[in-house]
Formats: sequence, structure tokens, C-alpha cells
Amino acid sequence: MLNYDIVIVGGGPAGLAAAVAARNAGVDKILILERDKELGGILNQCIHNGFGLHTFKEELTGPEYAYRFIEKVLDAKIEYKLNTMVMDISEDRVVTAMSREDGMYQIKAGAVILAMGCRERPRGALNIPGYRPAGIFSAGTAQRLVNIEGYMPGREVVILGSGDIGLIMARRMTLEGAKVKVVAELMPYSGGLKRNIVQCLDDFGIPLKLSHTVVDIEGKEHLEAVTIAQVDNHGKPIPGTEERYTCDTLLLSCGLIPENELSRNAGVEMSPITSGPIVNESLETNIPGVFACGNVLHVHDLVDYVSEEADRAGQNAAKFIKGELADNGGEEIEIVATEGARYTVPSTIDLGRMDDKLTVRFRVGAVYKDSYVSVYFDDERVMHNKKRIMAPGEMEQVILLKSKLEEKPGLKKITVKIEAE
Amino acid sequence: MYDVVIIGAGVSGSSIARELSRYNANVCVLDKCSDVCEGTTKANSAIVHAGFDAAEGSLMAKLNVRGNEMMDEICKDLDVPFKRNGSMVVCIHKEALPGLQDLYDRGVKNGVKGLRILSREEALEMEPNLSDNVEGALYAPTGGIVCPFKLNIAMAENANVNGVEFRFNTEVEDIKKGEDGMWHLRTNNGEYIAKYVVNAAGVYADKFHNMVSANKIHITPRRGDYCLLDKEAGTHVTHTIFPQPTALGKGVLVTPTVHGNLLVGPTAIDIENKEGVNTTGEGIGDLIAKANDHVKNLPMRKVITSFAGLRAHEDGHEFIIGEVEDAKGFVDCAGIESPGLSASPAIGEMVANLLKEAMNLTEKENWIGTRKDILNPENLSLEERNELIKKNPAYGNIICRCESISEGEILDAIHRPLGARTLDGVKRRTRAGMGRCQAGFCSPKVMEIIHRELGLPYEEITKSGGQSKIVTHRTKNQKGGNQ
Repeated sequence: MLNYDIVIVGGGPAGLAAAVAARNAGVDKILILERDKELGGILNQCIHNGFGLHTFKEELTGPEYAYRFIEKVLDAKIEYKLNTMVMDISEDRVVTAMSREDGMYQIKAGAVILAMGCRERPRGALNIPGYRPAGIFSAGTAQRLVNIEGYMPGREVVILGSGDIGLIMARRMTLEGAKVKVVAELMPYSGGLKRNIVQCLDDFGIPLKLSHTVVDIEGKEHLEAVTIAQVDNHGKPIPGTEERYTCDTLLLSCGLIPENELSRNAGVEMSPITSGPIVNESLETNIPGVFACGNVLHVHDLVDYVSEEADRAGQNAAKFIKGELADNGGEEIEIVATEGARYTVPSTIDLGRMDDKLTVRFRVGAVYKDSYVSVYFDDERVMHNKKRIMAPGEMEQVILLKSKLEEKPGLKKITVKIEAE
Repeated sequence: MYDVVIIGAGVSGSSIARELSRYNANVCVLDKCSDVCEGTTKANSAIVHAGFDAAEGSLMAKLNVRGNEMMDEICKDLDVPFKRNGSMVVCIHKEALPGLQDLYDRGVKNGVKGLRILSREEALEMEPNLSDNVEGALYAPTGGIVCPFKLNIAMAENANVNGVEFRFNTEVEDIKKGEDGMWHLRTNNGEYIAKYVVNAAGVYADKFHNMVSANKIHITPRRGDYCLLDKEAGTHVTHTIFPQPTALGKGVLVTPTVHGNLLVGPTAIDIENKEGVNTTGEGIGDLIAKANDHVKNLPMRKVITSFAGLRAHEDGHEFIIGEVEDAKGFVDCAGIESPGLSASPAIGEMVANLLKEAMNLTEKENWIGTRKDILNPENLSLEERNELIKKNPAYGNIICRCESISEGEILDAIHRPLGARTLDGVKRRTRAGMGRCQAGFCSPKVMEIIHRELGLPYEEITKSGGQSKIVTHRTKNQKGGNQ
């Protein structure tokens, strides 16, 4: 069996940043396992710009952003294996991996960082009625076909779901000469970033129909048309509102799901809200020495935040193997999301392990205008920040200071909620 | 010229082909689709029925029970996943309890072994997720689950290895008895001439029958919508759970599949369109409502796909198998609705026997009765798997992450007899693309392999033949793209 201090599952933005952070913290034997033929993960097919505004204060394309981190990994001579699938992670951190060159083998890891990313919700999970012809793609699959393989899935496009990949693909397909007829979104608000709605739909005159869904798919062999209809408050189609669009391509951008099959098999506890692991302030799961970051933990909208989160996971994994992350005996403080806030990452804080500053990220469950993000320490409101607009498509955050928590001995519960006033 | 032309490469046609391949005869199977298993066989409950449901004395009952008995051996010989998980007919209304006894009596008369009526407590002990309203159940230990794709594919492959020809993308347009006494079948790919024709055309069997006979038959496509759930829900029940049957069929069942998913369905909606495999919102809604009558807490959020299939329902609700009276040499295999999959080995045996006697066929000396399926590396130990990858590195390259399918398995699926030519062909042979991401990640990779191995241009690669092309043209900056 091979031995490494830290094994990182996934060589996308999260895995790369975690590796660099761990190396900077002095960890010697680090191994990144990547299933694809190159490092960089999904960023490699995201050839549009807009990445890195927070991290590098400049606008990069996905591959450029990835390369900033790949360069650091190469410079630091961090080991990585490509075309390698992790088949299993055990509770005692034995990682089973497989590739053409190396066969199937096991690695004993001092710490494991989960950085497997996420996948798209497929058509089947959406229960869209109709035929099942060729011409229906999740937006990311189409993005790969267009940007990596160099093939267009079709010429006339309807998009269901306004997730960011769908919006980006609306623009990409248009630039490639396709006609994007409409983007339909089941919810009364978009699932993507405002800037993508403006830059990818509005700028190209592509209509976005909120509270609409696909109610029929025509074409036995190849897609010929879809029918969309308005939905009521319960998401049920309203008869009489149907509109038929002839098209040869239907792209789906209806949500992303963290890919946690390996985590689940290892016994990692999951949040039913994020579909990602439940983690503490160190981004550590219920299994000591197993950390999670990036889209496998919760789906992000900006890669900059993925890198930042992964940096913390890498540092904490480094502390763990050096024995500096031991339980300091501090009581765990629970973080509760309620009244508009759907979840928080992390979910608990051990004051003894907490850094001076801790970013707590969360998403809201609906659109809120001129409302307040409030934080309560037990029953006392300690933070009350007005936000002009908050939407489910944009991640929110609050920053907790260790000094403030230390002023409240015996603190049991921190609550994050949205308040009208 | 052929001794026998079989129309239809579904499980009936392929079973007949395999049984006929035992004998010295020139046999050819025609199918309008690009692969075997493209019709009714690909979309059904994947159940091997015990045989208590069909009317006493009917051909359906006889062939169901016989097919069920044959299933162990044929699945062993052809390396097809099959499991006798047992089935339960669940009664949820006290006043309907006598119905269970009727089914029991009918089953005993049909020759079904091991039937037992369970009390509410016994039923709940065996299947804790049954509805709280359960009053009793009929238990049939011989009920089973099978992979319908693999059964169909394996029968066809084995027939092919033993000399049966298969012609895909070949649609029969007209059938006439020539002056030479032979059947002349006009197709889009030329004329086929045969001494005997077997009509195993599923929902189209009435069309071909009616071309040659004055005694018309009529088949209604009876649509069934299904929902397939993630493997996480695969153990919600371990037996196949039926409601009590009605005039429209066996009702909505909940069953594990032999691959570990959970299947819920079907509806029963009579339609006209023989290609009408579209699901509807009403159908799926109805399904979910009915499924919850007999099984509680069904995790319908874990649906990974929904689909619909068509049963070939003949007006007389009976298998029509045999030589057509006013069309000598034309053998029907029509009206094969449920329990057609269960009966398929017996249907093959019956039709092959009939043709053997009609033509005095002699047995081949070198008939090969077994077939090995595509290797499933998951059954290997770490050492064995390493050995395999050393010999053939393609087994170390995972293509479908959800189902953990390697390139080696896909290469085997493409290069074996009657190999896969389409994404669906690869999917049904290997399960690549059948998992929870529904081919989102692996379809571009499988396309690359098909392109490389078969020399097919990307633009010609299809989901399932015909017009089902995946991509239309190159992007602008690529060679061959519009500048």
C-alpha cells in the first residue's frame, strides 16, 4: 500500500487550491487524483471570461484561471495522477484508485480532501413528460461537446432552467450561429447570477420566461419541438398557457448536485439541503481527517470562493496531519440557518480550533429585497446587515470574529436568518 | 433464399432465432431498428412472472409457467442476470381478500409452484414497507426479475454465433406468396425470399398478419409509463409488489430491478400510435398516486428517469402463436404482451419445434449453447482486477462513473457479435449511461470510442439509429466548420 500525508480526490479548482495550501503549510507528501486527462476540472470547458475577479482582480477565462493554480502545483512539484478514478474511500482513509497505467491500488492517507465537484440534474430527475429523443442535453454536456470536442448539438435551441451554465450556453450557442429561442425557468426567479442574465440573455435579445416549464417533448428519434407552459404557485402547469417551439436542441440547466457517492460510502454524514457533507469550522466532516471543499461541499456560483474555501481545507488538513487540529476540548457551537437562510457552511464551530476570522456561507430560499441578514448569538442579535437584494442564485456570507465569540462564554447556538426589518 | 425469415429482433424473435439455430436451416432476422431490443422488450417491468395471473388453460398461462421454469437454465447458459426475488400480490381492502384466494386457485391450476397466502403480519414481516392498509398477500416464490436487454441481446448474439443472420434498419413493407410457393418480403433494403415467415413484430404484428390472412387480428398499443429510481432506493422493497389485478392488467407494481434500482410502473393507457412511447404528465402523476397505495414512503424524489413502453395487446387478450390457417408457411407470434418476457424462452421453443416438424429440420452437430456476457470487473478481487488491467489496460479506464463501467467493457460491447453501434446499444450492453447522471458525463466519451473503433464520423453517431444523431455540425473554428 502506498502512503501519503494528504490525498486529494479531484484536480479541479478545489483540489488544486487545497494542494497548494497544504504544501505552503509544509506538507511534503501530497497526491492529487484526477479522473480526467488533465488538471483543471470543469474549468477547462468554461472558455468564457469572468473568472478570478475576486482572487486575481482581473477577468480570466476558465482555463486561464485553472492554469494559475496548475502552475503553482507544478512549481511546488506536487504529485498528481491523471486518468485515475477513485473507486472507494474507507473510513480509516484508505483510498482505492484505478487507472490504465497503474491498475487498481490502495493508498493510506494521513488526511483526505474531498474535491470531486458536482454534476447536473438530468432530464429523468425532472419528470418532464414526452418522448426521449436525441437532442436533449444537460447544459454542461453540451458545453463539453461545443468547447472541447468542437461539435454543435443543433441549430435551434430551447433552454430549460436558468442556472449559470445554461445562461452561458445560451450565449455560446448564439455566438456559434444557433438560434436560442427561449429560456424557461420553473421558479419565479432565476437560478443564475444577475450578471449572466444581462450578459448572456439580455445582450442577445433572448427571452427569459420565469414561472415556465417544459410540458411536452416531441420527436421520436430526434427532438422536433417542445411545449412550454406557465406554472402556478405550486409549480403546476396552467392549462391554456402552452406555447410550442420547434427546435432540435433542448438544454437543461436545472440544478447541480454535489457528487458524494464516495463520501457516502465512506460514512460521511450528509446535509439533505446541500447534498454535501456536514462540516465543522475546519471544513472537516464527521470522519476525523476527511475534509471537503468546493462544489462537492455545496454548489458555488463563483470559483473564487471555491479557491478560498479549498485553501482553508488544505491548511486545516495540514494542521491535522501535524497533530495541530486536535480537539482542544472546546464545546461545539451549532450554526443554525432559519427564516429564509437555507443552510450554512460550516454547521458547527469549535472555538478552540477557530481562526481569528471565519466566513460562514449560505444561500437564501427566495428573493429578498431591502432585507437584513441577521446573526444571533443564542437569543441576542449581534449582526444586522441591510442588503438591497438577495436571491437563491447568489451565495451570501457573514464573517464571524473569534474575539466576538469569546466574549460570550457558554454560547451554544449561532443563528443566521433573513429579517424584513 | 432463406428457410425462415423472422420479422422482429425483440425478445420473441430473438428467442425463436436462438432455438432455431439448433437446427440446420438458413435463418434471417429482420428489424426496422438499428439494433436488437428496440421495441416492447426495452421498456417493460423486467419481471419473470410466476404464472398465476393468466386465465386457466390459456396459451399465456402455459407458456408463462414453462418460460418461468426454463429461465434459470437459459440465463445460466447465456450469462444473463436473473434473480428469483419472489413476488407478492398485496390486498389492501378486506372485502377483496377472496380475490387472493381466486388468484391462488388459478395459479395452482396453472401449475405454479410454492404459492402461499400470507396474513397481514406475515406480509409486513417479509416486506416492512408495504402500506399500513395491507390485509393480506399472495406470495409466489418463483417470481423473478431479469435484465430484459441482456436476455434479448444474449439470445440474439447466441443465435448469430450459430449462423442466424440479422439485418437491421430493414423494414418489411409488403409480404406476398409468390408463384414459386415462397414468401416474398419487400423491404427498404431489397427483397427477402423465404419458405417460412415468423411474424414476431410486436405492436406491428397485426399489420403483417393482415397482409397475408383474411382473418384479421387487431393489436392495440397499450402504453405503460414507468419511473426508475436511484440505486439508493433499490432496497425499498425486495420482492416484486403487485396490486390485485384488474381487467386492464396487473396494475402498478413496485419492484427492485436485477441491477439494484427500484422500478415503479406501469400505467395502462390504450393508444392508436404504434410509435407513441411518450410519457405524459397525467400518466406519471397517476403512477405515483397508485404506487403509494401498496407501498409506503416511496422515495419518488429519487427518480432518475421515466419512460414508456407499448404492450402489444390483441383484442382476444391471448398469445396468437402458430401457422396462420389461410396462409401456409406464415407463422404468427402475435399479441405478445405481458407475460411475454417471462414466456419468451417457451415461445422460442414452441415456434422452433413447430418449424422443425414442418421442415423436418435436423440438429446441428456443433451447436454452441452457451455465451459469456461482457465481463463485469466489479465481481473481481483487487488482485484479479489488477491482472486484468495489466493484460488489457482499457479495463483500468472508467468511462461511466455512475455505474463504474470501463472502456474495456465498452470495447467488448462494440466488438462482439451483433456489437453495439449506438449510444443506446452501448448502454443496454454495458449499463454505461444508465446511472444517476443519465449519460451526462459519459456520452461524449462513449462517442469518442465509437468514433475511434468504428470509424464513424461524429455527425453520424446516433443515440439509437435513424435520425437520432447527437451532433449536427462542427463549431466555427474547427476544420470543416463554417468560418
